[in-house]
Amino acid sequence: MNDLFSWIKEEGLVGRGGACYPVWKKWEAVRQASGAKKYVICNASEGEPGVFKDAHLLEMFPEKVFEGLRLAMEFVETKEAFFNFNRSLYERLSSKMEYVSRQMRKQGYAITFFKETPSYIGGEETALLNAIEGKRVEPRLKPPYPSQAGLFGCPTLIHNVETLFDIACVADNTFTHERFYSISENEKPLGVHHLPDDWTIRQVLEEAECVPSYDFFVQVGGSASGPVFGSDQAETEHVSGAGSIEMYPLTTDPKELLQHWFDFYARESCGKCTPCKMGSYNLAQLLKASQEIPWQEIMEIVDTMEATSFCALGSSIATPIKTYRRNILGLG
Amino acid sequence: MQRGISFLMDGKRYEALEGQSVLQVALDHHINIPHFCFHEDLPVGAHCRLCLVETKEKVVPSCTLKVTQDLEVLTQTPRVIALRKKNLALLCAGHTERCPRCRQKEPCPVLRILQAYEVDVEQYTRPKTGSPFLRLATAVEIDPDCCIGCNKCVEMCQKVGVGFLTLEGQGASTHVACTPNEKIDCLYCGQCTAHCPVGAAREQSAIKEVEAALEDQDKMVIAQMAPSIRCSIGEAFGEVPGKDMTGECYTALRLLGFDRVFDVNFGADLTTWVEAHELVERINQGGPFPLFTACCPGWVKCAEFYYPKWLPHLTAARSPHMLAGAAYKTWWAKKEGVDPQKIVVVSIMPCTSKKYEACQEKFLIDGWKPVDHVLTTREFVRMLRARSIDLSLLKKSEGDSLSHHSGAAAIYGASGGVMESALRTAAWILDGTHMERVTFEEVRGMKGIKKAHVQMGGKTLRVAVCATKTNADFLLQELEKDPEAYHYIEVMACPGGCVGGGGQPIPTTDRIIAKRIAGLYGIDDDATIRRAHENPLAKEFMEQYISSLSAERQQQLLYTRYQPRQRFE
Repeated sequence: MNDLFSWIKEEGLVGRGGACYPVWKKWEAVRQASGAKKYVICNASEGEPGVFKDAHLLEMFPEKVFEGLRLAMEFVETKEAFFNFNRSLYERLSSKMEYVSRQMRKQGYAITFFKETPSYIGGEETALLNAIEGKRVEPRLKPPYPSQAGLFGCPTLIHNVETLFDIACVADNTFTHERFYSISENEKPLGVHHLPDDWTIRQVLEEAECVPSYDFFVQVGGSASGPVFGSDQAETEHVSGAGSIEMYPLTTDPKELLQHWFDFYARESCGKCTPCKMGSYNLAQLLKASQEIPWQEIMEIVDTMEATSFCALGSSIATPIKTYRRNILGLG
Repeated sequence: MQRGISFLMDGKRYEALEGQSVLQVALDHHINIPHFCFHEDLPVGAHCRLCLVETKEKVVPSCTLKVTQDLEVLTQTPRVIALRKKNLALLCAGHTERCPRCRQKEPCPVLRILQAYEVDVEQYTRPKTGSPFLRLATAVEIDPDCCIGCNKCVEMCQKVGVGFLTLEGQGASTHVACTPNEKIDCLYCGQCTAHCPVGAAREQSAIKEVEAALEDQDKMVIAQMAPSIRCSIGEAFGEVPGKDMTGECYTALRLLGFDRVFDVNFGADLTTWVEAHELVERINQGGPFPLFTACCPGWVKCAEFYYPKWLPHLTAARSPHMLAGAAYKTWWAKKEGVDPQKIVVVSIMPCTSKKYEACQEKFLIDGWKPVDHVLTTREFVRMLRARSIDLSLLKKSEGDSLSHHSGAAAIYGASGGVMESALRTAAWILDGTHMERVTFEEVRGMKGIKKAHVQMGGKTLRVAVCATKTNADFLLQELEKDPEAYHYIEVMACPGGCVGGGGQPIPTTDRIIAKRIAGLYGIDDDATIRRAHENPLAKEFMEQYISSLSAERQQQLLYTRYQPRQRFE
């Protein structure tokens, strides 16, 4: 186990849920935290549009994901884990999942499947803890971090599906510094590709044979919260955050696209903090009621959400809006 | 032991304790940082995002920013002001639409802050929640469309062990609602109203009805204020918590046009009289034990809904203001030659649950109510403000005849006070003049549960005092194991007893409540009569008037009964 820990550290494994936090740091924190009981949670929430690589992984490589889960449980010395599914995904994969979990149970590992109502906030790990505990689904104040006091107050290690897959790869020496890219076009999924994590967006699209024939721009790392790049920038930029690339025709109506984003944020805001719940609602309303895009009013709210939201979900709205303005619309 | 540290706020050095937040220190030093969702006794929620300050790195809410040595924060930068203003405009979008229905807060803290930040509440919109306007008995009302989802009422409702309120909805529609859990009911304690920063949870106002009575020349309108009012109301007029404003309140009540100014404290002496005799009777008969106090309608509702099997153990004595109301409309009316039908009794209480109590049919005497209307401390303040009466500038005056009371009555407002008053009288009955002891300090203080052994009548009484349902649940669990663990138990629904009641001035915190309590015990310390039965008027009422009545009539005036209740009954 200590070997695995140092390999993970050497390979520079980072969380694939989007935050890219070093895996070894999480492991160390949970191992060092004192607590009679500890938990591992696998989060397969995938609540953000454009990201569907975890579903793909669970469909194609469930054994490997569960092996990663088992290794993580061994490392933090627990036999109990929760697996958070977006409900619809669980329904699709239930027979396979139940089979794998039965196999795990035979080895003495108890895996509880938690089926959440699909939500964006489920990706926020402390909101997920609340959901599993049966509380209102909203993020918790940090500290304490989940590694100190997570599920039911116990030290908790939370990993994304792909991170667990990577851990299993490191353990059996098949880790190749690749990551999974969900690629979609105008909200239609095209496929998932396992390719080097240091490739440019363009390289990924070419290898996946997904380069559109029309003028386009892309949004990477989640089709709600990710940054937007022009096709020229795609030749140098990489995919940050969660592994996704969404292509939009350059002819996309800016107002429609903004409305799409604002509606998403307004619908998914958990309702905890003022800037996110009231800001996203008013962004959506404001745009709907306007003929032109009221940029100044929009940016005032976006800035407030970025600076003062409780969690990253609210503040993240600034990323797509600001990069879209700058990179595609050429606004300051 | 918390370590002392110092930090810089707006260029000035402040001392603080490790672990304190910048907001807490700022508030303690009267530095005005706007905040809606912070309350020092509740977990930090950090929902409202108004208490923003700027550090060297970034803008952060001061409620979550812990003080560290040499931290530098600025509370008034243009960036901070602009962001606060934006969040205020978003949070209070459409808020003033609710003003006509609210009519509650004068001066309204929300309007005050909106004006200070020059916020246009019509700039943004909020969705209608689609949830109904809630009326909880005749005590509390909650306007979901006014709610900003700060969660303080929910936290408080949980803290006092009720858990009736919950947040519902998502995003901009997040609002307070009742739990769908059928096994949980509201006690009408009104802690939600005392912790709501925007008046979405508030008392059901009786001001209109009281004003109508005052204008009616044909009515004899009697005011009586509860023991705990006098040491808290000053806060609304800039006085320190705990300052005794009895004399000023009497003057103010006359200015408002009340025909007689009596005092619930007189009623407290009556309740003690009745309850102490019941206790003595049980001691002499060897039970049944425990005897529970029952002057808190929140606790009575709690027992009737959650613990019906203990109802036979609740004292039959009516609560002070109900007993006093009956005394005014019978004994006093007869003495003064006033037609009882023309008397209107208005109680000024620290409590919203008293509004619910006063409406109950079981208290009717010959078809009339002992108490016609109940105002909270806050409503009383509102009436004074509407007439531009500044309580702190008024001269003291004496109450009318039935305002005389003992020191034992004064302490009714504090958790442990009812118990101590009853013990003083019971000990005197059992031990007579040999009983020199007056005070029972062991049942005092802010601790949630207080237990003591008290000697009287050659016996050792095991007594317990608790405040809030959280603590009552603990005691009642103990009784499940040993039903006779105690002889006498006092229960109050609110933290610290009535001084921490749901109708009290805002803010109300444990620190403030402790000062209000100290004020009440000060009144008792200075009183020449310290025991309820030594109050000559109480004596006259009980020994001359009541004893001349039939048993049935005595029952009507002095005693009450209890019944198991369904949810919302």
